Amino acid sequence: MKSIAELKEIREQMQSRINMRKEEDEGIRVVVGMATCGIAAGARPVLATFVDEIGRRNLQDVTVSQTGCIGVCRLEPIVEIYEPGKEKVTYVKMDPEKAARVVSEHLVNHRVVEEYTIGAAE
Amino acid sequence: MKELSLHLLDIVQNSITAGATRIEIGITNSVSQDLVEISVKDNGCGMSEEFVRRVTDPFTTTRTTRKVGLGIPLFKLAAETAGGEFKIASEVGKGTLVYASFQRSNIDRPPLGDLKGTLITLIQGAPKINIVYTYVTDRGQFILDTEEIREIMDGVAINEPEVLNWIGEFIRENEAELAAK
Repeated sequence: MKSIAELKEIREQMQSRINMRKEEDEGIRVVVGMATCGIAAGARPVLATFVDEIGRRNLQDVTVSQTGCIGVCRLEPIVEIYEPGKEKVTYVKMDPEKAARVVSEHLVNHRVVEEYTIGAAE
Repeated sequence: MKELSLHLLDIVQNSITAGATRIEIGITNSVSQDLVEISVKDNGCGMSEEFVRRVTDPFTTTRTTRKVGLGIPLFKLAAETAGGEFKIASEVGKGTLVYASFQRSNIDRPPLGDLKGTLITLIQGAPKINIVYTYVTDRGQFILDTEEIREIMDGVAINEPEVLNWIGEFIRENEAELAAK
């Protein structure tokens, strides 16, 4: 059974790393639509994949957040990526596999996965 | 919605939108009572009596009040389809209570599903809100209180992947422990 003591250990391990991160300015923001439409279409596992992959790869300058309805419910799950100085990229009809690919191509290598964008879908 | 845990995620998003700082989530999963219950109590902005009356009707929703939308009607329908009932009570400035019950053995009752996934998603999105999650079965109960976790983490955000992982495992182990034999 998990014990609270383990949590304290995690805290010790993380403290130094977190302090480092605070110094950094605006990084990349990943925003997942988490309204009724998004949830019903499968946004929860998409968000979980982003959190897992970003944690696993230790991408320090990327934050993941949630938002309400983005307005194009039929294309959910929708993920928007904001990169400072660049145009927003909107990915539509996402699933965990696509999310993993967006992490490696877009967030790591800074190449937009055109085929998943709203421009390709419409 | 394929799972009750997805309804839960959706309903709690309303609490977050309502500016709640404390959200109590209760799950009952009882074989002996043939009962599944889900309750969400928040201290958000609440709703007027008139709005509460309209809130279960999907067609009264306008774009400006989209924060309510289809979530509540779908949840109500799920409960009523599965031999249960749906209740909502709210007071402006105090908060809102949403409750749904289900006949556990009813063939139309959706599975509880990935409750762990829902909790982690909520904590990830709203790490500053105190979420008190209570899961009750015939064999006992367990409570997860994010305020406790926040105190231990002392300044380290509780939505860091490592912490979310730990919380997920904690929920999974406790749920398994309390599962009917």
